[in-house]
Amino acid sequence: MPELLSEPFFELKGSLFPLSVIHSSDLSVAGLQAALQQKLDQAPGFFHQAAMVIQLTPEHQSPDFQALKQLFQQLKLVLVGVAGASTEQKQLAQAAGLAVLRLGQDSKPLAPAPGASGEARVEQVPMHTKVVEQNIRSGQQIYAKGADLIVRGAVGAGAEVIADGNIHIYGTLRGKAIAGASGDSNKRIFCQNLQAELVSIAGHYWLSDSLQGDFWNKAACIRMQDDSIAIGEL
Amino acid sequence: MAKIIVVTSGKGGVGKTTSSAAIGTGLALSGHKTVIVDFDIGLRNLDLIMGCERRVVYDFVNVINGEANLKQTLIKDKRVENLFILPASQTRDKDALTKEGVEKVLNELAKDFEFIICDSPAGIEAGAMMALYFADEAVVVTNPEVSSVRDSDRILGMLSSKSRRAERNEDAIKEHLLLTRYNPERVAKGEMLSVEDVQEILAIPLIGVIPESQAVLNASNSGQPVTLDQESDAGQAYLDTVSRLLGNNVDFRFLTVEKKGLLKRIFGG
Repeated sequence: MPELLSEPFFELKGSLFPLSVIHSSDLSVAGLQAALQQKLDQAPGFFHQAAMVIQLTPEHQSPDFQALKQLFQQLKLVLVGVAGASTEQKQLAQAAGLAVLRLGQDSKPLAPAPGASGEARVEQVPMHTKVVEQNIRSGQQIYAKGADLIVRGAVGAGAEVIADGNIHIYGTLRGKAIAGASGDSNKRIFCQNLQAELVSIAGHYWLSDSLQGDFWNKAACIRMQDDSIAIGEL
Repeated sequence: MAKIIVVTSGKGGVGKTTSSAAIGTGLALSGHKTVIVDFDIGLRNLDLIMGCERRVVYDFVNVINGEANLKQTLIKDKRVENLFILPASQTRDKDALTKEGVEKVLNELAKDFEFIICDSPAGIEAGAMMALYFADEAVVVTNPEVSSVRDSDRILGMLSSKSRRAERNEDAIKEHLLLTRYNPERVAKGEMLSVEDVQEILAIPLIGVIPESQAVLNASNSGQPVTLDQESDAGQAYLDTVSRLLGNNVDFRFLTVEKKGLLKRIFGG
């Protein structure tokens, strides 16, 4: 059950945030200033104090990160880190107080950066997982606070499963499932058999009526897509 | 060691008391000393179904309050040996039961009896919780319709979280599904949930299927537990259920539509 909000607490949690990543062949202060200024003029205000990351390649050799930081400050942007750094670039970036990030697989660096992968990993704080071994019966409520939830049985009609993380149900989902309860719309709901009364992700919800499509009575994965709930194959 | 079996359902009117009487009588018929305890304080029915309503002098609440002892209160069945009834109070309400009081009475009964059948009231309030709290096994009585199934699901949740075994982290209560008022003809027409449907939702082992039968109403009205009417389909189905409770492997009967014989087809059945 949720604890009182007035209680002091401290937690480290891994979360995902959108960051703008700059891909540019010219990382000199003058070159980057011109290119950035052009972008900012196109959409004034849009990038105000936006967090930015510079994508590095070996061709960049050793940029002056201190100077780049000041440039970003002048342009009212915040340079938070670099990605794809080689060992040398990594040291320079760290000396300038920048975070060294590793890009996900979906965004490839401009050019292959041999030797840049591997060491440059940022440790993700692991999310905990709550596992429930039996069926969740009508009237029962399970809340996985700050965690994923795995249910090995079914979730009965009139039962509720709630998680700040993802929800996996290996039986039939007949009750309500609420994932990303603390607002993270990247969370998903997976179930072996979809017959839910309600599914919700980060506050967006669908009732049973909206779920009676191709995936009713079938295995399904429920996620957010363009600000709307979407159902797909498991 | 006495076995405490609660007969429960959540929903009212599905046949808890009928089943308690039939199962208790069946166990006694098989030679096991059995007592049926009516937990429905304020809505006493078991005495009527068992046909001993005129012999109630003291009741469960009197025993808890120390106003009578068990020996004075237990009613011995006149038809079946080894069968006793502990009637509920009609004038009090469910708050008259305390955990300590119920535990004391059950402990005392456990010295004498092999089986203690607790006939639970409907609902999920104090009375029903008291009836299931001390149970070792549970017979969940369910009709093949959606509201009964959902209420049974709710009660199963209670059994696994609110019982003494759950609180003490002991082995879980052994749960049995008893489907009553089953009508194969209506199942075939799609008007009623099938055994498979109910089992899929509740996911607990099936202990018996009692067909919808005129014999049940007749038995209730005449104060005869239906297990004593061994000619009837319902009586036989309850005896099968008792046999399974005792650990025997008995095939399920009365699950499919009976084929009408030639004579029945001509003269109507």
